[in-house]
This record gives sequence, C-alpha cells and structure tokens, in this order.
Amino acid sequence: MPANPVLPWSEVSLRRESARIMQFRFAENDRFPAWKIATLQGTVAATFLVLLLGYWRIEITQHRRYVEQAERNRIRDLPVIAPRGRILDREGRVLVDNFPAFSVLLMRETNAKLSPEQIQGVARGLGLDPVELQRLIEHSAHLPRFQPVVLKQAATLEDVAFIESHRLEYPELDLIQVQQRLYPKHEAAAALLGYVGEVPEEMIAEPGSHYLPGDVVGKFGIERQYNSVLSGRDGVRRVVVNSRGQEVGSMNTVNALPGNDLRLTIDLDLQMTAEAALGEHAGAVVALDPRTGEVLAMVSHPAFDPNDFAHRIDREEWQQLTEDPMKPLMNKAIQAHLAPGSVFKIITAAAALETDTIKPDFTINCPGLITLYGHTYHDWVWEKHKGHGSVDLHRAIVVSCDVYFYTIGKLLGIDKLAYYAKELGLGARTGIDLPGEDPGLIPSPEWTERVFKRQWWAGETISVAIGQGAVAVTPLQLAYAIGGVASGGVFHRPHAVFQDQLLALGVDPPSDNEHTFALKPSTVSCVTRGMWGVVNEGGGTGGGAHDPSLDIAGKTGTAQVVSSKLQLSEHKTTFRNNAWFVGYAPSTKPEIVVAALVMEGEHSSVAVPIAREVIKAYYEKKGKIVPSPAGVEPHLMSEAARDGQHAVRPPTTQSR
Amino acid sequence: MSKAASYRDFDWFLLLLALGIAAIGIIEIYSTTVHTALATQYKRQIYWVLIGCVLAIAISRFDYRIIVEQVPWIYLFSILALLAVLVSGHSASGARRWLKIGALTFQVSELVKLVIIVAVAAYLASRREKSVTWRDLVVLGVLVGAPAALVAIEPDLGTSLTFFPIVAAGLFLAGIRVRQVLALLLLGILILPVGWHFLKPYQRERVMTFIHPAENTQGSGYQSSQAKIAIGSGGFWGKGIGNGTQSRLGFIPVSHADFIFASFAEEQGFVGTLLVLLLYFALLVRLLDGAQTAGERAGAFVLVGFASLLFFQVAVNVGMMIGFLPVTGIPLPLMSQGGSSTLITFLGLGLAMSVKMRRFVN
Repeated sequence: MPANPVLPWSEVSLRRESARIMQFRFAENDRFPAWKIATLQGTVAATFLVLLLGYWRIEITQHRRYVEQAERNRIRDLPVIAPRGRILDREGRVLVDNFPAFSVLLMRETNAKLSPEQIQGVARGLGLDPVELQRLIEHSAHLPRFQPVVLKQAATLEDVAFIESHRLEYPELDLIQVQQRLYPKHEAAAALLGYVGEVPEEMIAEPGSHYLPGDVVGKFGIERQYNSVLSGRDGVRRVVVNSRGQEVGSMNTVNALPGNDLRLTIDLDLQMTAEAALGEHAGAVVALDPRTGEVLAMVSHPAFDPNDFAHRIDREEWQQLTEDPMKPLMNKAIQAHLAPGSVFKIITAAAALETDTIKPDFTINCPGLITLYGHTYHDWVWEKHKGHGSVDLHRAIVVSCDVYFYTIGKLLGIDKLAYYAKELGLGARTGIDLPGEDPGLIPSPEWTERVFKRQWWAGETISVAIGQGAVAVTPLQLAYAIGGVASGGVFHRPHAVFQDQLLALGVDPPSDNEHTFALKPSTVSCVTRGMWGVVNEGGGTGGGAHDPSLDIAGKTGTAQVVSSKLQLSEHKTTFRNNAWFVGYAPSTKPEIVVAALVMEGEHSSVAVPIAREVIKAYYEKKGKIVPSPAGVEPHLMSEAARDGQHAVRPPTTQSR
Repeated sequence: MSKAASYRDFDWFLLLLALGIAAIGIIEIYSTTVHTALATQYKRQIYWVLIGCVLAIAISRFDYRIIVEQVPWIYLFSILALLAVLVSGHSASGARRWLKIGALTFQVSELVKLVIIVAVAAYLASRREKSVTWRDLVVLGVLVGAPAALVAIEPDLGTSLTFFPIVAAGLFLAGIRVRQVLALLLLGILILPVGWHFLKPYQRERVMTFIHPAENTQGSGYQSSQAKIAIGSGGFWGKGIGNGTQSRLGFIPVSHADFIFASFAEEQGFVGTLLVLLLYFALLVRLLDGAQTAGERAGAFVLVGFASLLFFQVAVNVGMMIGFLPVTGIPLPLMSQGGSSTLITFLGLGLAMSVKMRRFVN
C-alpha cells in the first residue's frame, strides 16, 4: 500500500519521533501552565451552570405551565354522548329508538395538524371525500383545542379496524360510542317524527348555544320541535392516553344525562291503518280527536326513511329526496297548500246559516249550470249533461251541488264568507306543535289588493264558495275546521304531544289551546245532518264511507288545481284533480275526525275509503281493548282509559 | 517500558463517580422501560457496565504509551473500518453505522473517538514548538477531518461533531494563538453554507426547528417539545421513580437512550438534575486535574482529550433536552442505554486511569 497522503506523518518519521517520546519525561517546568487546566475546568463549570439555570427555568419557574401541558398531553376528554329520548306512541309503543354505534373523532389537543397526505390517508381509510374532510377540519380550526371533531358517524367495522391499526400514524383519531337514532317503522309517520342530523353551523354560532360541531339535533318534525326535550346533556370521560392515543386508564367521568322520552298522542294502530289505507297514493291522512286536538295519526306520502339521515346522508340520496317532484321531504299533512274543493261547502253553508242569509229549506233548481256576473259556472255533474234538480241545503250538501253553493256564495258575498272561513279554522296556522306548518289561504278583497294590487272580482266569490279559486288549506286544517264545526264551534289546537307531559318536563305548552266560535245549534245540526247524508243517504258523494256498524259523517271534495303557478309547472300534462274526504264519527259530537287527501286522485271517491278505514280501526280498537263490563258503556270506559294517558302502559292494565 | 503500575495508584474515586452515574442511569432505564417491550434493557445495561468496568481496570494495567506508539496503525485500521461500514455496514433506520462481527453489531464511530484522542495526543506531544503552527492546524485538520467526514456521511453528524472538541482542547493546551482562532472561525463561517448543502433534509429540519421551535411542535420539534414538557413537569422534587407519566406513556422518544436525561429529570426533578450534573462535574474536574499531574505530555493530552469528549457529549445531550441546542443523536455517556457508547466510555476511563497511574516520574 502506498503511503497514505491523508496520514499526517510517515511511518519513518513516527519511528524517529516515538524514540524521542520514550526518552522524554515531564520536568516540573514542562507541565502545562496551571491556568490552562483551570480555564478548562472553569469552562466546564460555567457551562454546567448555564445548563442548571436552563433547567431551573423549566423545572421551577415554568413548572406550572409544563405540568399543564403534560396533563393535556396525556389526558383526553372524550364526550360521552347522551342518548336521545325515545319517541313513543300514546300507548308507549316505541316509534323512535336508539342503537349503539361508533363515531370517529379527531382529537385536537396535541397540537395536531394533519398534513394533506395524512388527510388523504384518513379519507381513504374511512371512505370519506378528502375535499370535504379537509373542509370539515378547516371549519373546526377556530374551536377550542379540547373539543374533538366528529369526522364520521356510524363507523363501520372496517373503519374501527382502520383506526385501531393506524394508531401510530394517526394518534389523533379516536372512537367513541354513540347512540344512533333508529326508526324501526322506517317510512311510517316519517314526516311527523322527522329526522336528526348534524347541528348546522348557524345553530352553533347562535349566542348562548351549547352545541358543538358533530352534535346531533332534530332537523324536522317532532325531532326538531321537541329537540330540547329529547336531547340529553353529554357527559365527559377523562382518560389517560399514551403517545399513540391509546387509552391506558380513566380518571373521572361526568355521566351523560339522557334525553327525555316523549310520548305522542299518535296511536300506532291508527297510524299503520292510515298508512296502509293511503297505500301507494301521494297524499296525506290526518286523524284528530276534535274534543282535545290530539293528533291520532298523521301520514304523508311519499315519505323518506329517517334512518338514512341518522348518519350523514350522502349527497346522492339527498339530491334524490329534494328533487323528487312528489316532495317526500314535505309533511303534506301540514305543508300541502291546496284547494279544498267541495269540503269547503260546509264552511259556506255554516256561514249562510249563521248570517241568516238563507234558511235550511232554501231551495233552488239545479239545471247543471248557472250564469252569474255574465259568466257561466258549471256544476260538477254537468259533464253527464244533467243537473241535480230541486235541492235544499241538506240535499245540496249530500250531492255536493255546486250551483246551490254558487247561489248562496253570491248571496253571502266574499267578506262574510272569508270572515267565517277564518273563524272556523281556515286561512291561518292551527298552531300544531310541528315546524313548518302552512297557514293556507282564504282570499279576500283585502288580499287581492295587497298581493295583486287589484280589485276583487265578483266572480271570484263564486269560486271561493265551492272551495276553489285561491282558497288553500292543509289536510290538518280541514280536519281541524270540520271537526270544530261538527263540535259546535269549539276548536282545540291540534297537538302531537300531551300537554301535561310537557308541563311535567318544564316546557310551557302554548296557552291558546281552545278557540270557540259558538255556532247556533240549528246550524250545527243542519250541517252535521248534511254530512251524515253524504255518507249514508242515497246519492251521497261519500257513500263509500258507509258502514252499517259505524256512525260516520263527512264531506267529499274534488279540487281542480287552478293555481296558475302549478299549471305552468312541468307536470302540467300529468295534472289531475286532488281528491279529498273529511270524515268523522260519531255524526254528532265527534270523537275522531279524519282528513284524507289523495293527490291527483281525480275523484273524491278515492279518498273516502281511507277515512272510513281509520275510523273503523278506531272503533274496532275501542271495542277490543275495553271489553264491555256490565253496566259500563264501552264508549265511556275507553274514554276513561284514554284520559289516563300519563302512563306509558297500555290502557288495558288500567282497568284494574 | 515502564514498570507495572500499582493499584495503590489506581483512581478508585474516578471509577466510583462513573459507576454512580451509570447506576443512576440503570435505575432510570428500568423505570422508563419496565412496562414496555424493552423491559430487559436495564439488565443488558448492567452487563455492559460490568464488562466496561472490567475492561477499564484491565486497560489501566496496560501502559498507554504503547498505544500512543502504535497509534498510526490503529488510526489506519480505523479509517479502513469506517470505509467498511460505508460499504457493507449494517444499517438501521436509514443510517449505516454498525459493523457486524459475528452476532455482534458494533458502532465503529464510537471506537474512533478514542483513536482520535490518542492520535491527537500523539501528534501534539511529538511537536517541539512552544505554540501551534499553521502547519499543525492543517495536519490536525486532515487527521480529524477525514474520519469525521466518513462518520458524517453514514450519516451520524452528532458523533462526527464529538471529534472536534478533542482537537480544540488539544490546540488550547498546545498554545493556539488568537489570530489562528480567528482564522479557524472565519473558515467555519465560510464552510457553513457549504455544509448546509450537504445536510440531509431531516438534519436541516432539526436545525430549523432549533432556530424556530414554536413552528414545528409535531414533526421534528416534537421530540424537544415533549422533552421540555417532561422535564418542566418534573418540578423541584420530581415525580418519583416509575411516576414519570410523559416517559412512561411514550411521549418522550427513546426515553431510555438518547433522551434518558429528560425521563430522569421528570422523575427526579431539579434535585436529580443538580446531583447528576455535580457527578459529571466532579468526574471532569478530576480528569482534568490528572492532566496537570500527568507523567508526560502525551498522557496529559489523552486526559484532556477524553475529558473534552465527555464534556461535549454531556453538554450537548443535556442542553438539547431543554432546547439550548438542536437535537442530535448524541447519547448521554454512562447514562444512556447502549453497548457501544458504554464500553467506549469505560475504555476511555481505563485509558485515563492508565495515564494517572503512571504520573510519577522515576
């Protein structure tokens, strides 16, 4: 090997040098000067002193701060999600329940900031959209660090496995057990019950809001209306974690306060009967107890499955629901804004009688058409080229004679008609305890002036008299109005939750529960007899509701959809008449009133059997549940049972 | 050759200081790993310390002057070994630092530290001049620069940096002049940008993190910020053995090795910190005292070189825990778990003993 140039000396020189070293010994004066060694020792001392000062500052001066950081490092506050209260029917049967599931949380206490690659990885692992995930994380950036962010609800087994196996890469991810909403009846009563979803940002931003991102709130229906009752207060579980985010112990726990169960006035049996009776038709069914305003059943069809909303609904599903022309996300029972058609004739009749515009024996001859104000109005039977002949008020209600009501409409005038329609429950919200109720519309000269800046056309009064023109109602309003008229002018605010339960929960129910607009007994008996005839007399338009064992009365309606807005819509060609029937029983002093709407049903006879089925189910149940003991009328017994509604137990147990 | 030294002259106090520090280290290794997969590490460390102790005593019997004589060969062999590491070394976590001999893996750069101490001592003692010449600077620059470069490209920048304080202390003793110091400083400033270019990305990040610690508490700043949290939460008295939550829960990286001092400070507080630094101080002062009384210059240079090596490692390791210096892979001698580092430190101590036992001139 050649002499390595890197070596500072050659071997030869080494030999020479080492020989010299061997001979060389320190003389006292050849030692290093003492100051040099002292300088080195001083350097060591000074350095160590500086280090000690550094440790003093961190261990003593800033001790508290680092203790805090150490605690924050290893202690995690995991939310303990309070289960939402269940929703029960009036007999305590479960309509809405919970089931345990996992949510994926992003813990943000450890100064964690996921890099774009990490976000990609998490999105892939959890099957999320990376763009949305990024946005979610950015949106929560302003929140306090100790608040975890919910990345995914209803984690699948794969998600759980992903988190557990990637603790090292993503120590910020964690799982918590949550209570997921479960709607065991799926689409049944969906519009009434509503659905839950993640709290919207506006709600978080509201002053005094205690919501955190990812919290679940009611978004529609009962879930929304009674969100504060149903939602509990989340607890906190304080756990010790290691650097990988794995739990190694727990400290103290603030228990979650579960939400309150809510018992509805809904009767599941009636609800299911109504669902089945409406079948595949688009429309709505509302059953009310006119004596109290309790909603016994409420159907809106087509519906949605609220289970789809229990976790974050995906965009496609949402689009499908919102773009469906039949508007499945609408509760048609309270939000449909439609002409009532001939059902309105009851209002016209009551107004005419109350104002003494006519006597019940006021009779006209119906040739099938009439010319008023220079315009010819046809009766609905005109298509068959005939008229109703000679009809008095009773007969006019039974056969739903348009010409008769055109005539008394003209005699009444719009002001009286509109006044009575409003006093009898139309044209304003009923005040039901559900969000988004439509107020309906009773047109008036004042209304055309305000909205269209024009005078009222006299001819419009004629249309209004038979429930056409701009008159619009909701199925609930019609049930409310007809039930109130049949009860003599006493209107009870419809509600789906028992008032005394709300009081017990500390929620103030609205105070204006009763509206009385006393009708003359003669008026009431005249219109109720008329409505009995509709179902039970020959030629009655509601003959399809006749049942020999039941005392059903009611009024049909076949409403042309004349709203120009709707006619111009894309569904013009498929447009058909809406079918209505509002039936009640018994025919005087009703206990149940059912409004059935079949959209595009063409003829009211489609709606008639629906109401009958519900009323029938109501009476069958009364007979079945309360066996008639000697001396006690079944009717009274069942009422006693119904009055003891506070108990969740079925009424049968109360007969003891 | 000189006569055999007697154990009457053996510096038992020096060995006791070293064993004291090592014992504290073993307790801390036990405390921070007993609940983990590394639970038996403290036992291995006991073996290393015992072997090191025996080696130190054995080496002290051996006349260091023979090593000084043979140092050119040893040096040459070291260079070859370092080249061998680079060519066929055993790599772990991205760095080729180990040479595999049978079942044992050995970190060559650790041994090179001692070789450089002796080589520098041999060269400086061989000169006749009263003060350092420019030629001396060039020679020493190449002598230390070559192995330093080889170690740095393993990459193990931390270890290669430990070579320089050895030279610095030697030059100081040999009588370096102010203008030479200034020239070296100037050279350093000129080399800095070039050196930056050669740094690996993670090394640059460490330096940047050191300069701006607040910006990166999760990536490379994670280690030093977690170490600070552990130390700071220890307080005056510490949390006690086995109660260091930060180290036990894994927030401190390699809490039994490079970062053992953070675990120790968390559990033993400022009191423990003070005690250990006092032990190191006593050890260093005693080594340097030996340089004053050494039998001849080469021995004195060996003692000073070894003391400065120890001092540099302790200062950098203890300093980087609290963010005084950037994070480098320099273990804390005698305390950090690790065979190579422990054995080399004891070997160095043995060498120092050998010098001290032969301080009397006959």
